[in-house]
Amino acid sequence: MTSTLHTPVAEAVEPRPVAVAPLASLATSRVVPLRRPGQWIATLVVLVLLVNFGQTLFSNPHWEWAKVPEWIFHKSILKGIGLTLQATAIAAVVSFIGGVVVALGRLSRNRFLKTISWGYVWLFRSVPLILILIFLFNLPNLYPSIGIGIPFGPQLAIPTISVDPLALGVIGLSLSEIAYSSEVVRSGILSVDQGQHEAAKALGIPRVRQFMRIVLPQALRSIVPSYVNQVIGLLKASSLLIYVSLLDLFGQVQRLSSTYPTDIIPLLVVATLWYLALTSAISIVQYYVERYYARGARR
Amino acid sequence: MSIAVEIHNATKSFADNRVLRGIDLTVRKGTVTVILGPSGSGKSTLLRAINHLEKLDEGYVVVGEELIGVRVQNGRLKELREKEILRQRSRIGFVFQNFNLFPHLTILENVTEAPIALGTPAAEARELGRTLLARVGLTDKEGAYPRQLSGGQQQRVAIARALAFDPELILFDEPTSALDPELVGEVLGVIKSLAGSGRTLIVVTHEIGFAREVGDWVVFLDDGVIVEQGTPDEVIDHPKHQRTQDFLSKVL
Repeated sequence: MTSTLHTPVAEAVEPRPVAVAPLASLATSRVVPLRRPGQWIATLVVLVLLVNFGQTLFSNPHWEWAKVPEWIFHKSILKGIGLTLQATAIAAVVSFIGGVVVALGRLSRNRFLKTISWGYVWLFRSVPLILILIFLFNLPNLYPSIGIGIPFGPQLAIPTISVDPLALGVIGLSLSEIAYSSEVVRSGILSVDQGQHEAAKALGIPRVRQFMRIVLPQALRSIVPSYVNQVIGLLKASSLLIYVSLLDLFGQVQRLSSTYPTDIIPLLVVATLWYLALTSAISIVQYYVERYYARGARR
Repeated sequence: MSIAVEIHNATKSFADNRVLRGIDLTVRKGTVTVILGPSGSGKSTLLRAINHLEKLDEGYVVVGEELIGVRVQNGRLKELREKEILRQRSRIGFVFQNFNLFPHLTILENVTEAPIALGTPAAEARELGRTLLARVGLTDKEGAYPRQLSGGQQQRVAIARALAFDPELILFDEPTSALDPELVGEVLGVIKSLAGSGRTLIVVTHEIGFAREVGDWVVFLDDGVIVEQGTPDEVIDHPKHQRTQDFLSKVL
């Protein structure tokens, strides 16, 4: 049918009276959209499954909802959250700055900086975080003291046994995280139009300011969504800090559930609720940060 | 009449492609020089070499008695430090084909960015910015972002931005090529208003009408060499060389 439809202009040039006659009366009628029964069936199936599951939340006594309020603000749990937030926040800031440095190294014209940055990313992206953390925990066995100095000359050294576990944990998280965040930052920098660098150069804007004021704010538009993903990953990865003898939210839940084996399910529920709350809070912050960096992007 | 720009033996290759093959050009102070040529003739590269956005393989550029991007040391030309080059560039205005405004900064911030970066107090820079925006006819747009403006308005902001340090030399790299035809006039109008104020303008363009009307000197470039140069009357209306004639017959 549609092939016989044509515009009045075409009609004037080449009239087709046979097709037009019955169509003319339909010119002012609304077009009926295509029905999609498959979508309706899929919606129905999902709804039934959801209601079924929802029902078990109340009908299944093993959830032990009554015990959730007892645990949710328990001192140990709050202490665990404190550690999770602390480790995540510090590691997120350190990894961002480190990520920028490594990304700039990879984008540098200097072949040595390029290679060393690439090598860093290669190494720490390959090695599991858990392995890095256990390595760090055993550092005193490997290097009783670490320091920097002139090769074969005087050294500034500190004994590794005295390093604070939180510092050790944050170092471990950051070492691994920088490898990922540097790639996020690098892709953001590459997404900024070459003309922006040129305009900044042509205006004589100093190099550091070119990056901080012109390139980075534009790069952040594409960096922020991916980096928030990284931070959420970090939030959950901090449960691995148990390997440097630190108990985060999940660590505390694990410890409590071995002390109170009958409360395992409510404790896991408490952990789930907290992780949901923390991730939601991060998402809200993300919304505002993204809105800030999108300024000027729309007409 | 004194000299604004001297280019000596400008030579540049990209890989195997010889873009500039030893160009010599002298531009007199206070004049408008128009560079014409088919695409790929090297005209943009030549223009960009003047403020060292493009490094020459051989040859040198002198702007107002100052060597650009290089200095003489032990009988050789050595590249200057970045800081020195940036200082030199800040005194030469450059207007891009694609405007290259900073999309995340307002119109006023676009104009004040370089002065503030180089030490002008913010209040003074804003004052200057408003004066410059008024000059290109955009008084009421200072809080807008570049993407909210038409192409012609954006290019006028870019011109205001290039004027921030009151440069004696302004370079235009196809300033109207990215514009819709009906917006070309407003930008050419602003460029015209800058001519004859003692400033030296060098304009790479395809606007032959503009070249004839505003240009004091026309340079025709092809395949990395200057084929001919002279007044608009000589080069555009009475070209001597076959290549110039062929090019003009295509664009006119």
